[in-house]
Amino acid sequence: MSLLQVKNLVVEFAHRRGTLRALDDISFDIAPGEILGVVGESGAGKSLTGASIIGLLEPPGRVASGQILLEGQRIDHLSTDEMRHIRGRKIGAIFQDPLTSLNPLYTVGRQLTETIEAHLPVSRAQARQRAIELLQDTGIPAAEQRIDHYPHQFSGGMRQRVVIALALAAEPQLIVADEPTTALDVSIQAQIISLLKKVCKDRGAAVMLITHDMGVIAETCDRVAVMYAGRIAEIGPVRQVIEQPAHPYTRGLMACIPDMASDRHKLNQIEGAMPRLNAIPAGCAFNPRCPQALDRCSRQRPELMLAGATQAACWLHEKVTA
Amino acid sequence: MLAFIVQRLLQAIVVMASVAFIAFLLFQYVGDPVVFLLGQDATPEQIKQMRADLGLDQPFFVQYVHFLLNAVQGEFGLSLRQGTKVSTLIVERFPATLELALAAALLALAIGIPMGVYAALRRGTFTSQVFMTISLLGVSLPTFLIGILLILIFAVMLGWLPSFGRGEVVKFGTWTTGLLTAKGWQHIVLPAVTLAIFQLTLIMRLVRAEMLEVLRTDYIKFARARGLPNRAIHFGHALKNTLVPVMTITGLQLGGLIAFAIITETVFQWPGMGLLFIQAVTFADIPVMAAYLCLIALIFVVINLIVDLLYFAVDPRLRVDKSQSH
Amino acid sequence: MTAFLRRWLDSDVGHSFKSSPTAMVAACIALVCVISALFANWVAPHNPFDLATLELSDARLPPAWIEGGSTKFLLGTDDQGRDILSALIYGSRISLVVGLASVILSVLVGVSLGLLAGFRGGWLDAFLMRLCDVMLSFPAILVALLIAGVGRALFPNAHESLAFGVLILSITLTGWVQYARTVRGSTLVERNKEYVQAARVTGVAPMRIMGRHVLPNVMGPVLVLATIQVATAIITEATLSFLGVGVPPTSPSLGTLIRVGNDYLFSGEWWITIFPGVMLVLIALSVNLLGDWLRDALNPRLR
Repeated sequence: MSLLQVKNLVVEFAHRRGTLRALDDISFDIAPGEILGVVGESGAGKSLTGASIIGLLEPPGRVASGQILLEGQRIDHLSTDEMRHIRGRKIGAIFQDPLTSLNPLYTVGRQLTETIEAHLPVSRAQARQRAIELLQDTGIPAAEQRIDHYPHQFSGGMRQRVVIALALAAEPQLIVADEPTTALDVSIQAQIISLLKKVCKDRGAAVMLITHDMGVIAETCDRVAVMYAGRIAEIGPVRQVIEQPAHPYTRGLMACIPDMASDRHKLNQIEGAMPRLNAIPAGCAFNPRCPQALDRCSRQRPELMLAGATQAACWLHEKVTA
Repeated sequence: MLAFIVQRLLQAIVVMASVAFIAFLLFQYVGDPVVFLLGQDATPEQIKQMRADLGLDQPFFVQYVHFLLNAVQGEFGLSLRQGTKVSTLIVERFPATLELALAAALLALAIGIPMGVYAALRRGTFTSQVFMTISLLGVSLPTFLIGILLILIFAVMLGWLPSFGRGEVVKFGTWTTGLLTAKGWQHIVLPAVTLAIFQLTLIMRLVRAEMLEVLRTDYIKFARARGLPNRAIHFGHALKNTLVPVMTITGLQLGGLIAFAIITETVFQWPGMGLLFIQAVTFADIPVMAAYLCLIALIFVVINLIVDLLYFAVDPRLRVDKSQSH
Repeated sequence: MTAFLRRWLDSDVGHSFKSSPTAMVAACIALVCVISALFANWVAPHNPFDLATLELSDARLPPAWIEGGSTKFLLGTDDQGRDILSALIYGSRISLVVGLASVILSVLVGVSLGLLAGFRGGWLDAFLMRLCDVMLSFPAILVALLIAGVGRALFPNAHESLAFGVLILSITLTGWVQYARTVRGSTLVERNKEYVQAARVTGVAPMRIMGRHVLPNVMGPVLVLATIQVATAIITEATLSFLGVGVPPTSPSLGTLIRVGNDYLFSGEWWITIFPGVMLVLIALSVNLLGDWLRDALNPRLR
């Protein structure tokens, strides 16, 4: 059974000039222990998807329709109090900037123990012990001393390790990681990603890894969802999506990545730009930029359909059922 | 940390010296310093002696140093208006102002901070709108008008509280306090409330604004994402982070109370330094003005130093000189 | 004109205005006060300064709706028979003029100094910022009182316009600091941006760069500050006049009126001091509300 199911999620922003649909009918599943990558350009709706799942959508954004189910139970319409028991305990979150994610006035240990105590029935001493273990698991040296240090006493990479420890503190089954390495030095990025993968696999936690970096996706994820203009363009096992992309947008993305081996004079790019939320084309959102657009693409929006080993929202792969 | 303290002390000395310089200019050049120091009934010999003492024909800098030496000992000559020593006058009046300022400060903090926190947490509710309206009134009502209104309602119409003076005071050596008598308490209520209202408003707005900022930060978002209970988020994380910058600004504001007391003391005829100062201004009593200026500067500088030290105590980022990151 | 107004009303700021009843009410009140003050000669029912029209038999009349009052003097009269309503209107003119003049001067001084400090940097900047710090920590009223006091000592028999000048100067000197800091901050930010460096390299005069690029960016916060400061300036002037060191007694502002009326509080003639007070509060409140609304409207983050 899936750990997380998102069904036909629609997120809207009410603006005085009209309502904007930031997420338009998104559906996907995450299996227990699986790492799902969510990739796409800025503004495609990746972070919003993550925020909706943990229930931290900022007004005026709101879930207009659809369902989010955790272990079969709906969590999209829970009260704030009920949701808070889910957050941290069942679903953890990691955000982009480790510097601003930690309260500068509290020690790392205090922030860890308070999270543990908020969700698990342990004593203060036990919580502290767990906190030390968490720090050790995330690779912080001299954890017994450093647990009483303040965030500014850690370097950027170390801080993100603390953030990961904090996200795992109450032993959630799913971690939503929103661009966890974007704010870090390139040399640290690889370390943090492999750390995240390791600690989650060790604990059997699933990860929804949101990023715009295909390289990270390729290294880490089991499956990947490609988002475009608030919709899912393609979703499938990572290898297949990268090597045999079915959706023209995904193909364009893959072609953009420069190939070290071949000799190239000009970088590939996809013509045009992702449409703004108030100017999404009718039918398939990608059709104005698509080199293989059919007539139908500008009239009817395609659902996700089977396309080889992946699923793609593209009329090119429609199987004519006889 | 020691370097920090030393640096601050040096700055304080520079500020004091500059203010003293202005006071010096007032003293020497606006009117006759000899008259200031000796009074109007000095004999010609005394005048001659004083001229020599002051070194009025000596270089500027020497005169300044002389003035500084006098100032440090509290010697500012005689009041033009009353003929008594300025230092005596100030010492006499200081306790009244200090008590008033402290009472007002406590009121402003005790009411302002909770109101601000409430207005931030329950943003948009009726009560918080009411608070914001009160705060707007507080900024739009000049202090003297508040005093007059309070007098009108509580002294004239209702007759509950007295409207001028300090009531009965008890003397302790050079200190007089009104807080040990019932009448003293009655007399301090209206002036303290008047003085407190403006500060209260500022504090409330500040706390609210700062708290709203803090509630928008990433670490609060992350705390929510970790499922911490609201109480821990609001009063543990948010409040602490709010109070740190609020504390600095509030500390400096409270110094302003001593100056704002000028208005309140005038309205209520409260026998403090403020009333003394305003009488000096109306009368162009330069020695008193110069002395008041220096005293205020000293109080401000001291408050600034204390606030800086407090900041050090509360914000861990300032305590560690070298970050131990690796 | 109408096209401009319509475009403004349609903009985000205009929309915020339309959806905020408080802002609209405040703007109306402020407008009424300003206009009646401007055209005091025509609006006020009497001229309280024309000694010929005063009659002692009219003295100390209560407001029209209280027994003993008359509709000729809607808000009552003072101890010399002057109509309170008219005195209000003339008084508010003085208050507004002093307040606006001080703020305009403050803005000019503060913005120029801020631009200079931000652009030149170095010791000028450091010195200015230290000065600002010190000045900010001294309450405005104290500085204003000092300047007023020194003015009196230096020019004991000052001419009326000199007294006004000293008053406006003292309020200006307490107000410029905020603008200097804000503008300096923005200047520093802009100065380091690439397009400024590019312009410098191609030889464009620095003041031109500052004028064309920095100034438009800071006008928003400056405007908000200025609006709120008008209220502060008016209150400061009223306070100074109340304390007796503000406007000369021949041109009474609202503060003077309140002070004069204060003496009659205990004998029961409360209207002499309360109505000028109400007027003062109305003006200050409406200007403050406008300033608050303006700040929220111009702040993109709150939208």
